[in-house]
Amino acid sequence: MVSLRTVFASFFRIGLFTFGGGYAMIPIIEREIIDRRRWIDRREFLDLLTLAQSVPGPIAVNTSVFVGYKVRGMRGAVAALLGAVVPSFTIILLIALFFAGIRQNAVVDAAFKGMRPAVVALIIGPVLSLAHGMHAAMYGIIVLAALAIWGLGWSPVAILAMAAAAGIAWELRMARKIKN
Amino acid sequence: MLLLELFVSYLKIGFFGFGGGYAMLSLIQNEVVVRHAWMTNAQFADIVAISQITPGPIAINSATYVGYTVGSQLGGAAYGLLGSVVATFAVCLPSLTLMIAVARFFLRLKDNRLVEGAMRGMRPVVVGMIAAAALLLIFPHSEAPGDRNFIDAWSWALFGGVMIGSWRKVNPILLIALSAAAGIVIYYPF
Repeated sequence: MVSLRTVFASFFRIGLFTFGGGYAMIPIIEREIIDRRRWIDRREFLDLLTLAQSVPGPIAVNTSVFVGYKVRGMRGAVAALLGAVVPSFTIILLIALFFAGIRQNAVVDAAFKGMRPAVVALIIGPVLSLAHGMHAAMYGIIVLAALAIWGLGWSPVAILAMAAAAGIAWELRMARKIKN
Repeated sequence: MLLLELFVSYLKIGFFGFGGGYAMLSLIQNEVVVRHAWMTNAQFADIVAISQITPGPIAINSATYVGYTVGSQLGGAAYGLLGSVVATFAVCLPSLTLMIAVARFFLRLKDNRLVEGAMRGMRPVVVGMIAAAALLLIFPHSEAPGDRNFIDAWSWALFGGVMIGSWRKVNPILLIALSAAAGIVIYYPF
């Protein structure tokens, strides 16, 4: 049986080297979980990625919970989750502790003034690449959702719920049509 | 009370955080900047920048950081630590419970048509949410200096440069580091 410590250590390593969020960690997970530990195979991993994206929450967290559960049940899931979260938790906590002290420093302040517009540019990148593969009619929904949240101050949660309901209604209608 | 609000906010962010990191930004921004005013728009941009150059999912990074900031308002680093644990735990809790449920009923959920329909409905909205986060960072609701991330023509020049860089697949950590260096050259009063 795989020890809980091994599960923790594997995901600790993944958590430590996952820069830039969800998708960046896929190659690291592949190497650690599929090639090195052989906890799941490639096809299963693809299914897992689809699922990790359909369930809310960070993809890295979802993936670790799933693999941990598969290897060692409930305890494995918790061990994997802790492993994935502890590195970033510790690093951010250290930054938060010391950042307040250096925040007023003129060099740090200047650096952050430079980084802020850069961050916005990095956020727009995925908007364009995600929208790229979509049906043209979807562009309208993208724009409407963005304007409603930013301009009208609608809650993103409410819009997500409406969109999910609309998607389900559409699916039910299609199912009825096929029956008739 | 503040800790409870923090817990509820991050539970909500975790529970409705469909579509991974960037999509969660809009939820985080909505809770932390718009609803509770725990931090300004510029401080939020700072956290995103810090998240980009440190490992780990943005949702976790922001939960830990915001938790610390909000907690320490109650008094000192110990409360800050408590706040960061509360927020980080809250944002992970939905993932933990839902993914275990999914792991148990794996195949049944994967091919479920209703789940598929809901996913298909939410996909464009998730993209719109990322766009909304970017819009609010560029055009804040208030003109307070703490809310403005674009302060002059240099901001737009850096924005354009990083857009091109990210389109050409330059490593985002490198882009952030270069912008920080450019910021020091431009804004530091030598």
